[in-house]
Amino acid sequence: SRRAMGRAMGLAGVLVGLFLVPAVLVSTSLRHGAPRAEPAPEPAERELASGAVPEDSLWPLPQWLRTSRRQLQLAPARFQLVHGAGSSAGPACGLLQDAFRRYYEYMFGQSRRRRGRRPLGARADPELSQLQVVIESRDPGCHSYPHLASNEAYHLTVTEPVAVLKANEVWGALRGLETFSQLVHEDDYGSFLVNESEINDFPRFAHRGILLDTSRHYLPLKSILTNLDAMAFNKFNVLHWHIVDDQSFPYQSIYFPELSDKGAYSYNHIYTPTDIRLVIEYARLRGIRVIPEFDTPGHTQSWGKGQKGLLTPCYSGEQPTGSFGPVNPILNTTYNFMTKFFKEISSVFPDAYIHLGGDEVNFDCWKSNPEVKEFMKKQGFGIDYAKLESYYIQKILNIVSSYDKGYMVWQEVFDNKAQLKPETVVQVWMENNYAHELSSVTGAGFTAILAAPWYLDYISYGQDWKKYYSVEPLNFPGSEKQKKLLIGGEACLWGEFVDATNLTPRLWPRASAVGERLWSNWNVTNLQDAYKRLTNHRCRML
Amino acid sequence: AENEQPWGTPCTQLLVFVATPGCDGFPSLDSKEGYKLSVSEGFLLLSADAVWGALRGLETFSQLVGRDENGTYYINKTEIVDFPRFPHRGLLLDTSRHYLPLRAILETLDVMAYNKFNVFHWHIVDDPSFPYESLTFPELSKQGAFNAMTHVYTASDVQTVIEYARLRGIRVIAEFDTPGHTLSWGPGAPGLLTPCYLGKDPSGTYGPINPILNSTYQFVTSLFQEVSSVFPDFFLHLGGDEVDFTCWKSNPKIRAFMKEMGFGEDYKKLESFYIQRLLDIISSLGKGYIVWQEVFDNGVKVRPDTIIHVWKNSMPYPQEMANVTKAGYRALLSAPWYLNHISYGQDWMAAYQVEPLKFEGVPEQKDRVIGGEACMWGEYVDATNLAPRLW
Repeated sequence: SRRAMGRAMGLAGVLVGLFLVPAVLVSTSLRHGAPRAEPAPEPAERELASGAVPEDSLWPLPQWLRTSRRQLQLAPARFQLVHGAGSSAGPACGLLQDAFRRYYEYMFGQSRRRRGRRPLGARADPELSQLQVVIESRDPGCHSYPHLASNEAYHLTVTEPVAVLKANEVWGALRGLETFSQLVHEDDYGSFLVNESEINDFPRFAHRGILLDTSRHYLPLKSILTNLDAMAFNKFNVLHWHIVDDQSFPYQSIYFPELSDKGAYSYNHIYTPTDIRLVIEYARLRGIRVIPEFDTPGHTQSWGKGQKGLLTPCYSGEQPTGSFGPVNPILNTTYNFMTKFFKEISSVFPDAYIHLGGDEVNFDCWKSNPEVKEFMKKQGFGIDYAKLESYYIQKILNIVSSYDKGYMVWQEVFDNKAQLKPETVVQVWMENNYAHELSSVTGAGFTAILAAPWYLDYISYGQDWKKYYSVEPLNFPGSEKQKKLLIGGEACLWGEFVDATNLTPRLWPRASAVGERLWSNWNVTNLQDAYKRLTNHRCRML
Repeated sequence: AENEQPWGTPCTQLLVFVATPGCDGFPSLDSKEGYKLSVSEGFLLLSADAVWGALRGLETFSQLVGRDENGTYYINKTEIVDFPRFPHRGLLLDTSRHYLPLRAILETLDVMAYNKFNVFHWHIVDDPSFPYESLTFPELSKQGAFNAMTHVYTASDVQTVIEYARLRGIRVIAEFDTPGHTLSWGPGAPGLLTPCYLGKDPSGTYGPINPILNSTYQFVTSLFQEVSSVFPDFFLHLGGDEVDFTCWKSNPKIRAFMKEMGFGEDYKKLESFYIQRLLDIISSLGKGYIVWQEVFDNGVKVRPDTIIHVWKNSMPYPQEMANVTKAGYRALLSAPWYLNHISYGQDWMAAYQVEPLKFEGVPEQKDRVIGGEACMWGEYVDATNLAPRLW
């Protein structure tokens, strides 16, 4: 289980030399936001140790790190994580207080010795008594929600007698605490050690997400929370919650309770407002944004159970068949419903963005419906149903905009030429020629996130993490300006064949490969080194 | 009509009638697993020739019991006559590539019982680790286990597995795979494995068991003496798969031996030489054996009651099934059931659609197919993902 590092990491006296891993040299003043990856100087030759070295289990690999062979000891009974002098955050910062306790548990929790009064033993190493956390920005962010422009950079100095973790905002402190906890290791005798080191770190991409699908299979709260923990271990910062879809509607709506009453698998398979709040707060405490996806107009079969008249009735000739298709785009009632529904969603979910879906709209049902056909004629759309789809989407986008939310959409919305606000985030998911799609999206001036090569629900035999690790998101034809528009990516775990019985082993540690790809420098690509670090990281996560 | 119960007569007992005693014995290949289940008003009877059939019948009975929306348990009037098509229905677990804690094995045995599996093929040791704690050769696990304190199966663990299995009508067939797949044996048994050579000098690495030394056969005899007494089943699985000849070829003493024996350059003959001696040892210990198909493919002389385990897909396996049964041997099928080879979607269908007897052969041949095994090799499997991957 987490943090009982069975393998001796820093064997006394085995460490060799000074390690220098400059990937991108960063000035000591921490800049706001994640700097674009400048062409990095070639990393200096790393001296390979004959034994284990502390970086052997860092994941994701920090942007810049320097360690020495000098080790410091930590005494669980005395070691403390505290607010440092000059920090704009203090004991009132619940987020950090919670993090201090959590990371203390991770580091020493498995040790039965932490309560005992054990003499420092034979080690002559100096003691590290504290990690001081200093938040430098005037507004630390303790009580706010993380967002796309949050500053996740941090600077960690581990020397005696106290280590110092500096970050602009609490979000960087969370990332730094995770890294610090990865540096602390146990030797063969059970002593807790950490090597003197200095780390400068920040994420390469600002949007690093995991998609969970709670419609194909309901995921109990515990499952989601465990997953948020795992995300924090890997510095993921977005939970893309694909909460409803065709199969079931587990979201308990306040304005429209029938949606889940009729659309959920059962009353036991719902998320109450309290559940939602829990997830959002649990995520917030780990610096993770929760972006809900209410996918329309396709993928909405379950909506029709509790909201009669919302979906398009399909026809066979003159007669309705009794089955339904996508949301009916021609009725005012549809937009009245959506206005009220998204008002609720906008207030329940604090993130600045809502994902509106817009993928895989099957036009067959619309084509069969005489009223829809009539509407097409009236609007002058001809037989181009993509125009009808765009007509619908645009109205939804406007509704959501009016609530001051930004939106994310699947690529079809862009491909079918809907009129999008410039800050729209387009999620590229179709595997075929996704580099080309990235060019198109960013070429049209839109922000993009990449999911296409990272559909982790597509399992296969063997070490497929390597395939995910080897993706280079910026490998698409485009200008510097365009590359800047790719703000990150997501590992997706669609739920057709996933539920609480197999979610965790299926998602992790494969998603870790994506986590490093999105955080670390572009030149961190060595598979052997990654394998070494990932195997250690995985054991730690357990 | 007013007093009519929504459900029929309440049932108070399931009578279990077993014709032949055998509660304290171990299940075997010949065990009778047939049973009859009769459920009617006020009368529930499960009858079987042997306790093993009663176990199967109990499982079925438990699957018939339903619960309505008021919480009432009910069962429909039913008549069942059931027996297995194949007597050997196995599951392979690999505890060498990754150690599996006892709990994971016991849990697997429970689920096997739910599915009427009756053989636990315990691929207990292999190249990566040797978790089996031997009393004759304690160094094997001391040096060969991933961790000699925590990643071992003690004698008591093994007995726990055997008894837990027995209570579920499941045979435990241990596999000590030789002469290949034995790297983890080396540290605890110096001199057992063949030293590989780079030119004239030993390279420092090792290969399969050294087939030319007497000490090898002494060791094997002692080890299998112990294994034969620890595992009560009549059959042992002796492995014999994927023997890499490179190391043997590199070793000058072996080359000399090949010459002496007149084997020429055919190292399959050397492999056979070893296997034959091994089989004789096992026979003399009063055990029967199962071997992987290479032993048959390489022309080793085996006893007529040997069971050949078909696993390769290099030749279409129906062809191999035909060859094996034509030569008069009994066959076990695993080739299409390597469940460790995961893929996206409902791959259970491919496994389900396999027809084991679909191969060219006369009825006598078909009769020699005694069953099959689903294999869960452990390269990418441990206790964190075993259950959802297997079931």
